[in-house]
Amino acid sequence: MATNFVVNGRRASTDAPPATPLLWVIREQLKLTGTKFGCGTGLCGACTIHVDGKRAFSCQTQVSEIAGKSITTIEGLSPDSSHPLQKAWLAAQVPQCGYCQSGQIMSAAALLKEVPKPTRAQIVDHMSANICRCGTYQRIVGAVERAAREG
Amino acid sequence: MTDLATRLPVSRRQFMVGAAGLTFAFALPGVTDAALPASERVGKEFNPWLSIAPDGTITIMSAATEMGQGSMTSLPLILAEELDADWSRVRIVPVPPIDRLYSNPAYGMIYTAGSNAVRVYFQPLRMFGAQARRVLLDNAAKRWGVPVEELTTEPSVVVHAKSGRRLGYGEIATFAEIPDKAPEIKPDQLKKASAFRLIGKDVMRIEVPEKVNGRAQFAIDVHLPGMLYGAVVRAPVEGAAPDRIDDAKARAVAGMVKVIRLPYGVGVVAETPWAAFEAKRALAVTWTRTAKAWGFDSDAGLAAFTATARDLSQPGSEWFKAGDLRDALGKAATAMDATYLSDYAYHAQMEPLNAVASVSASGDAAEIWTGTQSPTTAHEATAKALGISRDKVKLNTFLMGGGFGRRGPRDSDFTVDAVLLAKQAGRPVKVMWTREDDIQNGRFRPLSAHYLRAGMDSSGRLVAWHHRHVGDRVTPFFDPVRYEANKRRDGILMAGTELGGYDVPHQLVEQLYQDTGVRTAPLRGIGFVANKFATESFMDEIARQRGVDPLQFRLGMLAKNPRAAKIVERVAAMADWRRERKGRALGLAYIDYSGTQVAGIAEVSLDRTSGQIAVHDFWCTIDCGIAIQPDNVVAQSESSIVYGLGIALSERITIKDGVVQQSNFYDYHVPRMNETPMMHIEVIPSDNVPTGVGQMATPLVAPAIGNAVARLAGVRLRHAPFTPERVKQALG
Repeated sequence: MATNFVVNGRRASTDAPPATPLLWVIREQLKLTGTKFGCGTGLCGACTIHVDGKRAFSCQTQVSEIAGKSITTIEGLSPDSSHPLQKAWLAAQVPQCGYCQSGQIMSAAALLKEVPKPTRAQIVDHMSANICRCGTYQRIVGAVERAAREG
Repeated sequence: MTDLATRLPVSRRQFMVGAAGLTFAFALPGVTDAALPASERVGKEFNPWLSIAPDGTITIMSAATEMGQGSMTSLPLILAEELDADWSRVRIVPVPPIDRLYSNPAYGMIYTAGSNAVRVYFQPLRMFGAQARRVLLDNAAKRWGVPVEELTTEPSVVVHAKSGRRLGYGEIATFAEIPDKAPEIKPDQLKKASAFRLIGKDVMRIEVPEKVNGRAQFAIDVHLPGMLYGAVVRAPVEGAAPDRIDDAKARAVAGMVKVIRLPYGVGVVAETPWAAFEAKRALAVTWTRTAKAWGFDSDAGLAAFTATARDLSQPGSEWFKAGDLRDALGKAATAMDATYLSDYAYHAQMEPLNAVASVSASGDAAEIWTGTQSPTTAHEATAKALGISRDKVKLNTFLMGGGFGRRGPRDSDFTVDAVLLAKQAGRPVKVMWTREDDIQNGRFRPLSAHYLRAGMDSSGRLVAWHHRHVGDRVTPFFDPVRYEANKRRDGILMAGTELGGYDVPHQLVEQLYQDTGVRTAPLRGIGFVANKFATESFMDEIARQRGVDPLQFRLGMLAKNPRAAKIVERVAAMADWRRERKGRALGLAYIDYSGTQVAGIAEVSLDRTSGQIAVHDFWCTIDCGIAIQPDNVVAQSESSIVYGLGIALSERITIKDGVVQQSNFYDYHVPRMNETPMMHIEVIPSDNVPTGVGQMATPLVAPAIGNAVARLAGVRLRHAPFTPERVKQALG
C-alpha cells in the first residue's frame, strides 16, 4: 500500500512497509542523501528533518506516521545555501567532517522557527540533541547566534 | 620507507599519468557549482601533482584524504603558494592509488594519519610548485625573447615589467614545452614566509560549502543501478568463524535475496536496507570457540596488566632510554611511584562504516566506493580478497564522516565486506554497518596499565624517570605489515611515553607486550592519550608532593626549551593560573606531540555527591610551526579538546568473555554541547617548519582535568575515564 506525503514541496510516495524508518525512504528511495544515518535510535540527530515544520528524527519516524504530512530535508531548507543558518555556518567555518551538519542545521532551523532570538542557554539545551563527534559545538553556538542576529 | 624528495622529480613519462579511478573533484567556490569528474582534468601536466588547462583552471592533486581535518585543502594550498597560482582557479583532485607517486613518506603508502600530512608533504609540494612555476617562466621568457631573470609572477600570470607584457598560466600551457628533467630549485629560492599570499591566510576549505546543503558525498551516499543492500553479522571475537547458521527466519523476510557465509561472519543481501537489517537481525549464528579473545574480561585483564606493571621482577623490552635510569634511581635522594590506568575506547565517527562494491561476473575485476584514510590498503585488500592484481581494481574515494584512525586498517574490514558480498551476489552491494555493528565490531584504543617511578636529587630536581607500560598491542593487529617494517615496534601504543620536551637526564621506558586478541586500532591521539595521562598526571603529583607549583615545576624542566616554555607561560597567563577560584580549580598539562608544542589548562568543579566532574573552561596554546590555515588549527584544537573530554570523562568500552558490552550512544557516551567547556585557543606565531595539528590537544585533556581535581579536592584520579563512580571512590 502506497503512502503519500510531500517532501521539500513535492509530492512523494513510497511502498515501503509501514514500520520502515522514514530515513531509509528519504535516503535510498528518494535519493535525498543529505539526511544521514548515524545511530538508528534517535540518539545522535544526524537524521534530523522537519515534519510539518517541527524537528523530528527520521530514523524514529515510521512510514505509517507520515501520510499527508509535509517533510523538509536539508535539501529543501533553501535552494542555494542562502538560509541564514547556512550562511552563518560558512562564515564560522563550522563543518569539519560534515556528516552531522545537515542534522545540526535542521535542528537549529527548527529552534529559530520557534524562538527567533534564543538565549545561549536555549541554544545549548536544544542543540544537545545533536552529536558532533568533531566537536564543532562552540562554532555551532556562535553560528546560531549569528543567524538569529542577522537572519 | 622512501623519501618523497628522492623519488621525484619524475620522468616525463610519469608526468602523463592520468587520474583514472577518480569520481570527484572539488571546484573552489565560484569556479563552478558542481563537482567535476577527474576525467575532465585537462590541460598540460607539469608533474603528477599538477595540470594547467588553457582556460587557466589549475588542477592540483591532493594526497590527503578528507575526514574533517582539512589537509585535502592544505596540501594543494602549499603547492599553489609556490606556483603563485590564482587560488580561485584551482581544482583539487584526490590522488589515484599509485603508491610510487603519491605515498606518504612516513608510511610508504597513501595514507592520511598521524597528523603528518602537512609535515611530510610540505617541502616536496613547495618544490613541485616552484618547479612548475619555473617551467612557466622559462616558456614565457623564450616566447618573449627576454632573460628569465626579468620576469616575475602575480597570481596565475607571468609579468615582464620592463615591457608591460603579461601571459596567463593557461595561455602559457597552450604552448609550453615541459623539460624532460624538472628544473633545479634550491631551498633558498623558495618563497620567504613574508611573501606568502595563501599560507597563513585562511582560505575556505574546499569541501565545506557542500557540507551545509547536503550535497557533500560520503561513500554511504553512493547509489548504483541494480544495487543490493548488505549487512553482516560479524563474529564477536576476532578469528572466530560461523559454526551453525540458522537462517530460516532471515529467508522469510520480504526483499531478502541471499544469505552469504563469510570466513568471519554471515552476510545478507536484500533489495532494500530495511530488509537487509531485518534479515540480519533474524539470523541465528553460533561461533567457533577457538579465537584468542574468548574468555577475556577487560576488568580482570586490567587488574592483571596492573600487577605485571608493578612487578619489577618481570623485565620488559626497552622502548626508550636516556642516561642510566637504574644508577640514577639508586642514587636518588627521594623517590615516588604511582600507577595509572586507561580503558578501551571507541572512535564513534559519525558515519558508520560502509562501502559499495561491484565485482565482475568472473570475479576478475572490481570497482569499489569507500571512505578510507588509506587508499592503498583499500585497494590492496580488495585485490587480495578477490585474488586479483591491484590494477584490476578501480577505487573511488570519498569524504569521510570522521576517521579518527578507524578508517585505515591494513585489512580494510568494512570495504572487504562489500567486495565479498558483491562477488557472491553477482550485483553491486552497499554494505552499511549499524551503530551497534560499529561499536561491537569496533577496534579500540587499547587497555593499558602504567607503573611510574621518579627519583629526585638532593635539590629536589627530577633526575630519574621509569615508566613500565603494559598495554594491549595495536600495530601488530591493525597493520602487521607496518609492524614488521618498523622492526616490531608498536608506535601506536607506545608513542608519547618519552618525556618529550622536558629535561630529565635519566629515563627508561619499558614495554611489557600483551596480546589479548581484542580488536584494536589507532584512535585520535594514539598512545599519547593514555601515556600522557600517566606522565603528565605523575608530573603534577611529584610537584604537589614536593609542595612546588606544578607550573613552576614544569618550567624548571623546560629551561632549555624556549618554544615549550613560551606556550606553557602563555597558557598560564590566559587562564590566570595563580587566581584561586571558589569551588573550582585549574589543572595544567604540556605535551611535545611529534614536534608540535601544546599546553592546556582545564577549569573544573566537582559534584561530590554524584561524583560528576564539570569542565567549565579550557585554555590551549599550540605552536605548530608555520600555520598553513590558522583558523583550521584553532578548529582542530577545539575538536581535539572535545574528543579528549569524552575519553577523559565517560568513554569506556568493556569486554566480557571477549565480547564488547556497549552497543549505541546510550551506553557509550560521547560529549554533547551541554558538556563542552568554553574553549580559548591561541596559535603561537612561528616560522618553524609546520607540524601536525589534527589531534595534538586530545591527550592534554585527561591530565589537565585530573590535575585540576587534585588541586580542588586533594585526590588523584588514576583511572581514565573519570566516571562518577571512580570519582566518588577516589573521594572516599
